[in-house]
Amino acid sequence: MPRITFVTADGQEITADATPGLSLMETARAAAIPGILAECGGACSCSTCHVYVDPSWYDRLPAMKEMEADLLDFAWEPHPDRSRLSCQIDVSEDMDGLRVTLPAQQG
Amino acid sequence: MDPIAIVGAGQAGLALAAKLRSLGCETPIRLIGAETAPPYQRPPLSKKYMLGDMSRERLYLRPESFYPEAGIALATGAPVAAVEAAAKVLVLADGTRLACSAIALCTGAEPIRLPEAAGGGLNGVYTMRTLADAEAMAPEFRPGQRVLIVGGGYIGLEAAAVAAARGLQVTLVEMAPRLLARVACAETAEWFRALHARHGVDIRTATGLSELVGTGGRVRAARLSDGSELPVDFVIAGIGVRPSTALAEAAGLAVSNGIAVDALGQTSAPGIHAAGDCTSFPHRSGRIRLESVPHAIAQAETVAAAMLGQGAPYVARPWFWSDQYDVKLQIAGLNAGHDRVIRRPGEAPGSVSHWYFAGPALLAVDAMNNPRAYMTAKRLIETGRSPDPAALADVSVPLKALPLTQTEPA
Repeated sequence: MPRITFVTADGQEITADATPGLSLMETARAAAIPGILAECGGACSCSTCHVYVDPSWYDRLPAMKEMEADLLDFAWEPHPDRSRLSCQIDVSEDMDGLRVTLPAQQG
Repeated sequence: MDPIAIVGAGQAGLALAAKLRSLGCETPIRLIGAETAPPYQRPPLSKKYMLGDMSRERLYLRPESFYPEAGIALATGAPVAAVEAAAKVLVLADGTRLACSAIALCTGAEPIRLPEAAGGGLNGVYTMRTLADAEAMAPEFRPGQRVLIVGGGYIGLEAAAVAAARGLQVTLVEMAPRLLARVACAETAEWFRALHARHGVDIRTATGLSELVGTGGRVRAARLSDGSELPVDFVIAGIGVRPSTALAEAAGLAVSNGIAVDALGQTSAPGIHAAGDCTSFPHRSGRIRLESVPHAIAQAETVAAAMLGQGAPYVARPWFWSDQYDVKLQIAGLNAGHDRVIRRPGEAPGSVSHWYFAGPALLAVDAMNNPRAYMTAKRLIETGRSPDPAALADVSVPLKALPLTQTEPA
């Protein structure tokens, strides 16, 4: 079972077991990670599950679709080379060790 | 210490319970739901879930292990029969009396049903609100089945999209002269009419349902206001919801288009708060009620803080979304009171946004496959700024370069 580390905006690290097939957002929600709002529940309709992906992982994740890129462009403090919407990343076995950092605010 | 009781285990109830805990509240919490499922997401019921693209477990907002870990005693299938406001006692349907230190009502809203006299009680007539509704209806979604959808609002249109995508023969009737009459401008309504027509949905506006006709207690036809009779296999009523206020009314709480609360979610009874779809609350110079997940979460979190004496007044930032076929609709703001609509084509083919203005002030936007327009408008509305309408209509002016004026206090 892949283990994923979420780093909160104030530096707290929480490592959670992930179920392959669920999204990164659902993983965070199941682990009650603070700072992921996911107001739309994973429909790629808001930008409140924004995360910064660890640079060593960014290129290893599934590519972004246009809708996600457009929403991220208007998210709170997006980073051009690290930002993703966690609802659009389905966790797979090879994501063991993935680290993402949460922004100081969502939306 | 007597527990804090949250009546209603939907999106608002769960958000309220979780927020109490994250704010450090150590009082026992009872989260009491009438439905048998643990708190779940409703929006996918009329979208992904009905398409068969999503498992039941993925609807759940938290794994069932969350509740004991968070110290939240979740009771499902446990309708509340009465609230004794002065004593802060809940009476459960089985007669159990529960003394509470505080009570929050998160009872949500319930779909309006077709009248019994019009055949609303026949088998094969459904509403689209709960997981139980969706599961009851699921076996009807077979290619070739003839479904009648009553109501051309967003729920009706989402149901039509799912049914058409699954190969059903879909007829949608709407009494008003056009779709989305209560919630969107004529431009948006026409855009969705054309979308559904392209997918083979038979849309009949200015057409009401006179009655449903059954055989052996099962619906088999619909008589429409134009005198025609339509054979049907099943029917979905999407004719709106009403706030679930019966408990509050019986308890003597003030009710006005929802359980009336102040900006901190306080009802007219001391020690009793309310949040979510069931409430009406102060907004700008008036009082509104919202049917939306983001509102339910945000108001519930405000109320949780208020119950701990930390509340800041709730300011609604309304937004909504809908998925139909390959179209994502995002709505920012509330369009009530608009006097004109500016259309702005998006960059991608088939993407467009409709911007609602009252005088110079931007009120709302409907964005179809156009998240950039939606996000831009949402930021502007939340900060009280409005774009110049002429520049907005000119696609050569980029969204980020629109001339802005402050039209509401920021």
